[in-house]
Amino acid sequence: MKILVMVKQVPDTATQVKIGSDGRQIDTAGITWIVSPYDEFAVEEALRIKEKRGQGEVVAVALGPDRAKEALRSALAMGCDRAVHVNDPALAAADTLTTARVLAAVVKQEAPQLVLCGRQAIDDDMGAVGAQLAEVLGWPCASWIMEETVDGDAKSVRVGRQVEGGLEVFELPLPAVLSAQKGLNEPRYPTLKGIMGAKKKEIKDVKAADLGVTSVAPELSITALEALPPRPPGRIIPGDVKDAVKELVRALREDAKAI
Amino acid sequence: MAGALWCVVEDDRKGTPKKVMAEVLGEAARLGGPVEALWLTDKATDDGLKQLGAWGATKVWLLEDAGLAPYRGEVWVPPVAELASKESPRAILAPVTSRQREFMARLAARLGVGLSADSVALAMNGDTLVATRPVYAGKLLSKVAWAKQPWMATLRPNVFKPAEAQAGKASAVERVALTVPAAQMKLVERREETSTGLPELTEAEIVLSGGRGMKGPENYVILEELGGVIGAAVGASRAAVDAGWRPHRFQIGQTGRTISPKLYMGFGVSGAIQHLAGMRTSKVIVAINKDPEAPIFKIADYGVVADLFEVVPELTKEFKRLLEK
Repeated sequence: MKILVMVKQVPDTATQVKIGSDGRQIDTAGITWIVSPYDEFAVEEALRIKEKRGQGEVVAVALGPDRAKEALRSALAMGCDRAVHVNDPALAAADTLTTARVLAAVVKQEAPQLVLCGRQAIDDDMGAVGAQLAEVLGWPCASWIMEETVDGDAKSVRVGRQVEGGLEVFELPLPAVLSAQKGLNEPRYPTLKGIMGAKKKEIKDVKAADLGVTSVAPELSITALEALPPRPPGRIIPGDVKDAVKELVRALREDAKAI
Repeated sequence: MAGALWCVVEDDRKGTPKKVMAEVLGEAARLGGPVEALWLTDKATDDGLKQLGAWGATKVWLLEDAGLAPYRGEVWVPPVAELASKESPRAILAPVTSRQREFMARLAARLGVGLSADSVALAMNGDTLVATRPVYAGKLLSKVAWAKQPWMATLRPNVFKPAEAQAGKASAVERVALTVPAAQMKLVERREETSTGLPELTEAEIVLSGGRGMKGPENYVILEELGGVIGAAVGASRAAVDAGWRPHRFQIGQTGRTISPKLYMGFGVSGAIQHLAGMRTSKVIVAINKDPEAPIFKIADYGVVADLFEVVPELTKEFKRLLEK
């Protein structure tokens, strides 16, 4: 069984981000890059499916500039077999739909039985690419999955999808697109052997044109990035616990009218 | 004639729109209307239809069919796409919920238009819509604009001002004749979560959040007791969830739920960036922590530097006393 996993390289959560000189993108100087955490759940799940079946291939796919190769190397170090890197300056302003169209073209070339994505990337938090990829491909899709079992002959997959107030368990015919929610698994750390081995694994570079994607004009564009409006200064309520609590409750009711 | 602003209805799966729809419909009215609701359901109730009218929908496009429940993108998208191409709405808006996030993304792909997910503000700039949305763990705001209509956006709950319900205001109900496509996805079962008796985290007006300072799973009962008194949901930080003290569905933050309540109270929560990402748009933030250096005090409106195990019982007592009055 062949599985494609979509990975995105994003700034580490704890990294300071500054607005770049064009006012629409961040200044990438000094940023620590990581694989988006939800994508790690997707990689882990793909590897587990392969290991459980005792055969198959897991291909990591990323869209991004040169540095995105590091994210693919991380996925390879975890155990993916090879990688495809869509590295094309023409896609620098790609929105979710353009990204989905490009990734769909990769999926068509690779013809996997299953595509796994993270629920959302933690940089722009759009959370749209997985579902849009499914739509472009015309495949069924389950988002925010917490559990997954591929059936023995790889014809269908059973997933638990997190919804408000519960879990909906669906059976989907393959091929399908799934997006991973936290709780699906605990991603492994790459071993030293994995990291060394990753250096020898293939990363294929492709451009949008190689994939037959000609229209890359975004439907949604970032017009500006802005700093958060400052919050009014807070107030530390002093005194012993009894008095502080009384004053806090009074302030919440009378000043803030929050309760 | 400008197309309408469609508001996709999120309901309780029993035929009643959720109250977050007042926020979506209210925002659509502020953007100039006409405000129309689009409701996909297996069964709409009369009261539910009336409620949408009271919140300002002049028309309800009702797509009612047993095949539409439970939600599956593959059965919801085709009829809505067909209707949208006929009616040319100017915008399609929906609240952020698990299914709407997926549905709106698929629909945007089908219609070939942009989607602004988890928007916290919408405004007209001349004749075009601009959305504001938090990015990079909520450290920055991004403004986005569309190349063409319909402008599609999901709206973060509890951020937009709800429409005041006006009794007697009714909407015209337009039943849409539809052929629901055969579903490839089959529902096997729905497992309900054990109810805490408290509001849902993303919908609650007050959220109490317990962090590592809670010291163990057994201590959340004191937050639940306080929550019961003031009608608050109880959530947790990633540290507490990763320690196995609370199930993941209670996690607030970047790899959990994003909340924006009227009042957030953090107990023993340090305020790591990934936690702030999930709660920093809360209107009033209260921090209770023994450590005066905890980063959460930097964004808190009110802080008490004290042991939460002394503060929580006092809070419960004080609120009980006030409510009895």
